[in-house]
Amino acid sequence: MPKFLVFVPGNAESEAGVMPPTELFAAMAAYNDQLAKAGVLLAAEGLKPTSAAAKVRFDDNEKRTVLDGPFTEAKEIVAGYWMLQASSLEEALEWVKRAPFGGGVTLEVRPIASMDDLGPEFTPELREAEQQLREQLGE
Amino acid sequence: MGKATETVEAVWRMEAARVVAALARFTGDLGLAEELAQDALVTALEQWPAEGVPANPGAWLTAVGKRRAVDHFRRAETLRRKVGELGRELEIDGEGREDGAVDAIVEAVDAERSDTAIDDDLLRLVFTACHPVLSAEARVALTLRVLGGLTTAEIARAFLVPEATAAQRIVRAKRALADAGIPFEAPDGPERSRRLASVLEVVYLVFNEGYSATAGDDWLRADLCQEALRLGRVLAGLMPAAPEVHALVALMEIQDSRRRARTGPDGEPVLLLDQDRAKWDREQIERGLVALARADRAFVAGMAQTPDGVEPGTYHLQAALAACHARARTAEDTDWQLIADLYGRLVQQTRSPVVELNRAVAVGMAEGPEAALAITDTLTGLRAMQGYHLLPSVRGDLLTRLGRLTEARTEFERAAELTANTRERALLLARAAACEAEA
Repeated sequence: MPKFLVFVPGNAESEAGVMPPTELFAAMAAYNDQLAKAGVLLAAEGLKPTSAAAKVRFDDNEKRTVLDGPFTEAKEIVAGYWMLQASSLEEALEWVKRAPFGGGVTLEVRPIASMDDLGPEFTPELREAEQQLREQLGE
Repeated sequence: MGKATETVEAVWRMEAARVVAALARFTGDLGLAEELAQDALVTALEQWPAEGVPANPGAWLTAVGKRRAVDHFRRAETLRRKVGELGRELEIDGEGREDGAVDAIVEAVDAERSDTAIDDDLLRLVFTACHPVLSAEARVALTLRVLGGLTTAEIARAFLVPEATAAQRIVRAKRALADAGIPFEAPDGPERSRRLASVLEVVYLVFNEGYSATAGDDWLRADLCQEALRLGRVLAGLMPAAPEVHALVALMEIQDSRRRARTGPDGEPVLLLDQDRAKWDREQIERGLVALARADRAFVAGMAQTPDGVEPGTYHLQAALAACHARARTAEDTDWQLIADLYGRLVQQTRSPVVELNRAVAVGMAEGPEAALAITDTLTGLRAMQGYHLLPSVRGDLLTRLGRLTEARTEFERAAELTANTRERALLLARAAACEAEA
């Protein structure tokens, strides 16, 4: 069953460390509760403002540069995320639609790539080895 | 058109349990409710692609189902009685035309649907679908259907049976409930703790079916682990005070965390102690440990109510055991003494010689092979252990560590004789040969 990351965008208020109004806070708590009770919530976290953050730049010759926040020029800032588990992208989207946002806020929903999909990634070589093993065990 | 259908199906997955639960409450009949819910889904598939998903899809589906229920009762000429019953329950005036009374009832029932009421209905659904009068197979099929919202085709594929067989299991389950006169109710108090076992058994059965899926199987089978986890989390939300529920979730999370480590490159099974722990899903282990902590808190809270002493349940002990391994960064870091103690308590509850053998292995790690061998001595005479290859296999290992190689060889050879697994036999014979070489 696929997992999804849902990114909540930040804004000037979240960057200023302003707590959301009580009603939104309560609505968010209720929403998280709904997700948890439905069994689809894997994780939900809020991120600190970029003033508490830093970046690491990787140059050639092993050069590393640390850039301290805040990142005032950034166009898109992530303020928080959910990790959900749902049977399809459509189901994940239906859950996200129930989040208590408004005013044109846009949330990005990204499926997490999984290495243990037992599908086409299972190479022909491994399939053959599996088949041989089954024959050996007399299955 | 495909995308729209997928959306309807996604919404169905989200709402199915609540819709069936509400309709079962309304009609008093789980079997009928399941059919009515299916009818509502068909209607949704017809209307939503064109009209869009309604703002409150659950309420929409339930309303359609209820109107169908009224039609059903009218056709069955039981409407008058039903209206009377429902009317009495809701303390509605029985005066006036039938239709008026019905509308008033539907409105009143709708108005009463608070979150707690919905949760109560879901609990009724869980305990009815998992009623012990049904076989495990029947409970699994019915639960996946009404609680999981899976289609008959999905259930069939997941359990490797023809679709007709899966459909039959559900039909027979509903009939068995009706024949036994099982009411749409959830048990209370001490009876709930007793009945909880048949509920958790269903969830763990689904999980184990998924866990046994191998590479190359239908992905729906492997998905059963996630389905079981989702059901477990739903139950944890409905029964937050029940330690065994949180413990089962913990156990499943931790077991599932090892999914990528438990098969080798040739598809052969890798024993836990030999697994590459970098492949364990540490996020999932964290979730498992959080669930175990909830189980511990719920257990302690429960102790306050039963001062005479309560023992932790078997899932709680198994989860604690799984957590011991999960917390160890390497096999060498494992807290074997704690594992031995936990197995000790599990033996007291299950009286199982296999569990006692596991305890012996742990004691062998914690205290040394001598003490462990003494435990296995008590098991060799048991009739239940006669055909069990792991007993001589463990003894062979312990004797090797004690330097008693001739005896060890005998045990390994006996174990090789007893196992039906070719690969395992080869491994045991190799160990026997190694003893001979060194003796």
